Formats: sequence, C-alpha cells, structure tokens
Amino acid sequence: MTTRPIDPAIMEWTEDRIALRGSRCARCGETDFPPQAACRRCGATETHTVRLPDRGVLWSWTIQRFPPPSPPYVPRSGEFEPFGLGYVELPGEVIVEALLTDADPAALRIGMPLRLIPFEVLSHCGERAITFAFAPETEGDRQ
Amino acid sequence: MNAVDIVGVGCTPFGRYQDTTARGEAVRAIRIALADAGVEWGDIDFAVGGSMSAGSADTLVSDLGLTGVPFVNVFNGCATGSSSLATAVHAIASGAAELALVVGFDSHPRGAFAIRPEQMGLGQWYGTTGLAMTSQFFALKIQRYLYEHDLPPRLLTSVAAKAFRNGSRNPNAWRRKPLTEHDIDNSPMLSDPLRQYMLCSPGDGACALVLGAAQRAKRLRSDPVRVAATTVRTRRPGSFEVLSPSLSIQRGDSPTVEAARAAFELAGVGPADVAVAQLQDTDAGAEIIHLAETGLCAHGQQATLIDSGATEIDGTLPVNTDGGCLANGEPIGASGLRQIHENVLQLRGHAGDRQVPNRPRVAFSHVYGAPGLSGCTILTR
Ligand SMILES: [Zn+2]
Repeated sequence: MTTRPIDPAIMEWTEDRIALRGSRCARCGETDFPPQAACRRCGATETHTVRLPDRGVLWSWTIQRFPPPSPPYVPRSGEFEPFGLGYVELPGEVIVEALLTDADPAALRIGMPLRLIPFEVLSHCGERAITFAFAPETEGDRQ
Repeated sequence: MNAVDIVGVGCTPFGRYQDTTARGEAVRAIRIALADAGVEWGDIDFAVGGSMSAGSADTLVSDLGLTGVPFVNVFNGCATGSSSLATAVHAIASGAAELALVVGFDSHPRGAFAIRPEQMGLGQWYGTTGLAMTSQFFALKIQRYLYEHDLPPRLLTSVAAKAFRNGSRNPNAWRRKPLTEHDIDNSPMLSDPLRQYMLCSPGDGACALVLGAAQRAKRLRSDPVRVAATTVRTRRPGSFEVLSPSLSIQRGDSPTVEAARAAFELAGVGPADVAVAQLQDTDAGAEIIHLAETGLCAHGQQATLIDSGATEIDGTLPVNTDGGCLANGEPIGASGLRQIHENVLQLRGHAGDRQVPNRPRVAFSHVYGAPGLSGCTILTR
C-alpha cells in the first residue's frame, strides 16, 4: 500500500483521518487554502497552518461533462466519466473548491451538508494518489 | 491633461484563420485604422499592444516600417485590449505623445484554454485532478449568482440567442448564423448550467485604433469620438475569481464593480446615460452578472430587463450589439478592442444593419480577465 496524498502541503491523510491544511492570518484572521506564507487579505506574513473542518455545505456546483485538456488533467480511467465539483463552505473558515462524489444535477443543491472524504486519483506521474472530495453527509461511512 | 479622441479604427473578420495569420491580420487592421484616421504609420509617435499567444506586438514594425517609435507590449489576460488603450490614453493625456496606435491580436487552438497551474502559483494537484478550467469558473459563478438573486436559468438561453442574432448582422463576426432558443437549449450541456452555445470559443482576430490629442484629432476628422474615461482595476479581498482553490468567507465586490464606478466618476456620466454597452460575455452568465456589476442594472433586475427586450439592439439598453464574444469568439488580445471598435461605429452612426437607433451619445465597454482584473471604457461624442 504505497498510495500517498497527492500533495502533502494541502492535506493530512492517515488511515483513520483526512484533514485539509489551511493557513490563518495572525493579523486579520483570514483563512486560506492551501496554506500560504502571506495573507491574501492584508498581506501580513504572520500566518500559521491550521486543520480545516471536515464538514461543510455546498456553496456552488457544476458538472464537468467533457474531458479537461490533458496536461494538466490526468484521466482517471480509459473512458471519460463526467464528474461533479464545487465550492464548499467550511463554517466560519473558508470556501474550498473540491471534487464532489456526485455527478447528478438532481442530487446537488446549494446549501446541502457535505463531509470530506479521501478520493483516489492518478498523480501527474501516473501513480495512484489520494486527493480530497466531498460527499453528501447522509451517505454511508467512508469508502 | 490633454483630452483624447479616437480618430481611426480597424478590425478584420474574427474566426479561425486558414489562409492568413493573426500577425498578418494585425498589420491589416493597423493599415485600416491608419487610413480611417487619414494618417501614415510614420506620423504615429507612440504604440502599444498585446497578444497572449500570437507574438509580440512591437515586432509588427518589421511590416509597418522601422520608424523608431516607442512601442510597449502589454499582457493583461482578457483585459489586454483595454489595458493597452489605457496606456495610450495616459501617454497622450500626459503630453508624452500626440498620435498613438493601439493594436490587439491573437490566435488560439480549438477547444478549452489549456492552463498551466504552476505558472499561476497553484500546486500541480489542482490541474491534475481536473480543477484548472476557466469554463468551470464561469459555471460555478453563474450557478451561485442565479441562486443568490433568484434568477431563472432560461436567461442564459435568451442572452445566447441575442448574441447570435446580433452576430448575424455583423460582417466581421465568426458565428453569423442566428440560433433559436430551441437550438441553444438542445446543444450539449458542458458544465451545468452552461451549454455549448452559451460558452464562447477561443479563436483568432485582430483589431487596431488610432488615438489623438483632441486638438490634433479635430483637424483629422469632423466626428472624433472622445475617450471620456478608461480604467483598469485588479481584485480586492473576497471577490470570486477564476482558478481559486479557495474563496474568502468574507465576500467582496469583483474588480468590475470598482473599475466601472471609477469610469463613471471620471467621465462625469452615470449608468443611466449609457445608450449602448459591450460587456465581457465569455459565457452567457457573464453578461448577466456584468450587467449588474457595472451598475447598468440592480442585482436581480436582469430578468425584467432581458424579458422586456431592453438589451436588444432596438431596446433601451442595447448590449453586445456586434454579437459579443459568443458570436465573435475570443482572441484574447483583440477582444477588448473589438468592443471599442463596435462602440466607435455606433457613436459615429456607421454600424450598418446593427446600428442602435437615434445614434447614441454615450457608449460603455467592459472586459474582465484572469486572474481577476477588469477594464472599463466610456466613449462619448
Ligand atoms: Zn491578514
């Protein structure tokens, strides 16, 4: 089992836990994702890394119905399958862009509760890697 | 500060070039603009222009004549044309130049723009997992906007149908076939809620302008068009921009809001004075959002405005009279100047089949580009 996070700077992933890494500004409180050395709001360089909440609500969504240009996209399998993506509002922190496990417009609505899950993709060198995605809160336990 | 007028315009047909090149068309557009102004290349004492992927504008001097003219290259995404125009306006207003040439041209391969995330300070994971797509951003922005302002998605169809209707009256447009709402609603869904005919295609094009100090312009032609304001603004915290792995939870205005407000202030006119407007319509949703962000209508008022026919050529607020990006495609460097070209024709009363009735006095144009900047220009006569 050599599957690793697609980028250790953006997330922590161990067998029983996935968490996104963000940064918080000591001066104005702005939260950013992925972590940044300087604050996007006030420019201060006093930022520290924080673990972001793993629950949120859907802020906006779309479905990618054609294969994105490759590179940079790395197809997940031979046949392209449409995938959902959106922005997820993590309460009181930040709105993150993420893959969604659902690609059915009837199943997606702004405001629906979601939870963070690990999601297997291929990295740019073709190795299996773990990125993050959001799934409906009501779905069964982690995959 | 010297007042600045537009005395010459040149635009060649947009599309996908087969027997010519974007550089060749840029030279042709420049020659048309010079002839329109009644001046020679040797009279130009400042030049500025840009292109994303068709070459450096200053190298066009090898076709125009090596006059030693100061020539500045600009690249500001889809706001390249407006930023070039602003640079020339400042040069003339300051007295550094009297007669300036502005040129924009571009050529892009078929399909969605390919993004290199690492050039934009984004991690490799972002593109690898399929998130580095400008069309996704447009979809996500309009999806949220329709929800927040309780607007019906059918407006996207209306906007697209108008674009192709207007484009069919524009001899320079790439897409000249009017499409019915039925055609548009039956085109493939690409990124919900945007269908194929609601998204513009990257394409080829070239456009040029000749600008002059007002005193000089008056001697050149009897109907100069005044650049009443030209502004460029980048983003502030909380705006929703393309290629953002995250957004601030404290929401804020887009750069368009600030650029438009500054332009109206500078020009000393208000949104209600605008008689014709060209707005960045990279997708049909962008036109809807930009109508409000520029101040031309209130947020949420778009359904009433569009349903009433106000944004049609014979309406009270004609928008994208030449078919916009939807019908003309988007050659990035040329796109903003195409809008200026159209507004100049409208103010002169030379827009042919698509002329807005009663020859307008105030024309507004707006561009928006990655990674979060906007340019607004107000022209008057
Ligand atoms: Zn800060």
